[in-house]
Amino acid sequence: MSSQAMNSRATSSKAKLTLGPVLYNWPAEQRRDFYFQIADEAPVDVVYIGEVTCSKRAPFLTPFIPEICDRLEQAGKEVVISTLSLVMSKRERKEQHELVQDSPWALEANDLSAIGLLKGREHIVGPFVNVYNEDTLDYFYENGAQRIVLPCELSGKAIERLLSSNKGREVEIQAFGRVPLALSARCYHARSHGLSKDGCRYVCEQDPDGMNVETLDGEAFLAVNGTQTMSYTVNNLLGEINDLSKLGATHFRLWPQQVDMIRVIEIYRAQLDGAIAYDAGQETLSELVDFAPFSNGFYHGVEGNRLVE
Amino acid sequence: MELVCPAGTPASLRAALDAGADVVYVGFRDETNARNFPGLNFSPEELEESLKKAHDMGRQIYVAINTYPQAGNLEPWYKAVDTAARIGVDAVILADIGLLNYAKRQHPGLRRHLSVQASASNPEAINFYRSAFDVQRVVLPRVLTVREIAELIEEIDVETEVFAFGGMCVMAEGRCSLSSYATGKSPNMNGVCSPASHVEYEQRRGKLVSKLGEFTINSFPNEEAAGYPTLCKGRFVGHTGDPSYLFEEPTSLNVMMMMPELIQAGVKALKIEGRQRGKAYVHQVVSGYRKAIDAAMKGEPVPFMDMGNITEGTRSTAGAYEKNWR
Repeated sequence: MSSQAMNSRATSSKAKLTLGPVLYNWPAEQRRDFYFQIADEAPVDVVYIGEVTCSKRAPFLTPFIPEICDRLEQAGKEVVISTLSLVMSKRERKEQHELVQDSPWALEANDLSAIGLLKGREHIVGPFVNVYNEDTLDYFYENGAQRIVLPCELSGKAIERLLSSNKGREVEIQAFGRVPLALSARCYHARSHGLSKDGCRYVCEQDPDGMNVETLDGEAFLAVNGTQTMSYTVNNLLGEINDLSKLGATHFRLWPQQVDMIRVIEIYRAQLDGAIAYDAGQETLSELVDFAPFSNGFYHGVEGNRLVE
Repeated sequence: MELVCPAGTPASLRAALDAGADVVYVGFRDETNARNFPGLNFSPEELEESLKKAHDMGRQIYVAINTYPQAGNLEPWYKAVDTAARIGVDAVILADIGLLNYAKRQHPGLRRHLSVQASASNPEAINFYRSAFDVQRVVLPRVLTVREIAELIEEIDVETEVFAFGGMCVMAEGRCSLSSYATGKSPNMNGVCSPASHVEYEQRRGKLVSKLGEFTINSFPNEEAAGYPTLCKGRFVGHTGDPSYLFEEPTSLNVMMMMPELIQAGVKALKIEGRQRGKAYVHQVVSGYRKAIDAAMKGEPVPFMDMGNITEGTRSTAGAYEKNWR
């Protein structure tokens, strides 16, 4: 075998990094600039874009999507459009139909409605769809999924079991960022400002990493992002990704936060490549993420908020 | 309009039938159902006896097998479906795609309902479950307004069942990991939310503090009755710095006064929550709803019935069925 062929085999078996869609209400221009910078500088393989959390925010981002996708594709990134996670109204349904019909880019389905519409067509099953066992995993692959992003609360043991039955197909694990824990029809951002969802004045824009929620004792607990409730802690599987990669995980998702995401991506890449010691990577990550502590409890089968060293 | 009522024990099941339930829904005594609480639920033998009693009265029993089977350990869920089929229950209520597929393959004649835990909130999702697994009925998630329910019914050819009374999730059901974030146990994986095993009450100078795992969920002056610390119904501090019921007040769903609209919308069945509640609760709610449905179906006004004594926090709401809830 030529050394070139060996190299390409080594590269193709290497786990990929993905950037999840921005879950928060960042201003559209800021999102565009963020993605341009990702296109130019970040060693990330796949970029997901789209409004997943609240359909009221979507009109601001939509006009920018074509130029963002172009720029990312020119930079060699795989581009995926993520669909809305909780689909209820006629308008939301119509927009989803149009997206499924017209999108020149691959789609990540975050609700069973999108999975139904994409049946028989290649797509990605997103982290808001319940995939807890091998039967469901198989079903979705047969329905047309090329890749499945696993839900946040699965333990390493469950993930390992799923990776042993994925038959070489793609599985993506959430590795970095505040974890989306719950969806609701109600907007808690609006509610906390004494507003309703219909008249929300887009107050969620004030908290680009989510609004911290504390207990009565002043202990930080959760974060609110509009209709979504997030973990307060920042999930960080830097210490676990190499094991997961050996077990067959093909993609690792980093959720965008208001930190130097380029550096975060670089550290994860270096960790996968064996180019950086774990301690050094972890130390830099701690410096970069200053708004909340890390956790990895879900992975270790304990309370999700905990950090197991 | 069918009245679907909860039972956690054979005694509650009898109470529900006596009070006028058309259908009673139950679970097996293990992690396969979403009320996996100590001392609750049915053995196969108890279910068999109860089914005979219900059928003798011309009523039905549904079995909820509505948690998500655990990777590498599918057997308990398969067995639950097999047992329900063997006993001959009137329907199984399922949420997991893999399990729906199993039930359809192994027991094509067993009627399948889609659990609220599957969170099918629009016609496309419901039609997917219908065409893939031939579900006959969908239990709608508590995220839709009555108007949205009416519009949805126009676009599906599956019966709909909606929650009418009881403990109310404020999050989309089956899409919430708050409980496992705080306790390691979740509705989807373990059939529990804010489990009693992780609840503690702490006396602190003139007040009682309720905790779930490490987190304080609420605090009550000593003269006030302390509520159960369900995670999403606690008091927290957001951007204002003042404590509030940030997600939802401790309140129960009660749609009795909306009955005519729900009938008009074409809803097939009303569901009462509370398999974990005692037979006195079951009897009171089921009797009340029996009267209300009978009146509404005759076009008579629904009589006002005070259920304050059995609602959570003694308050009730029509929840997401009204748009201003959002």
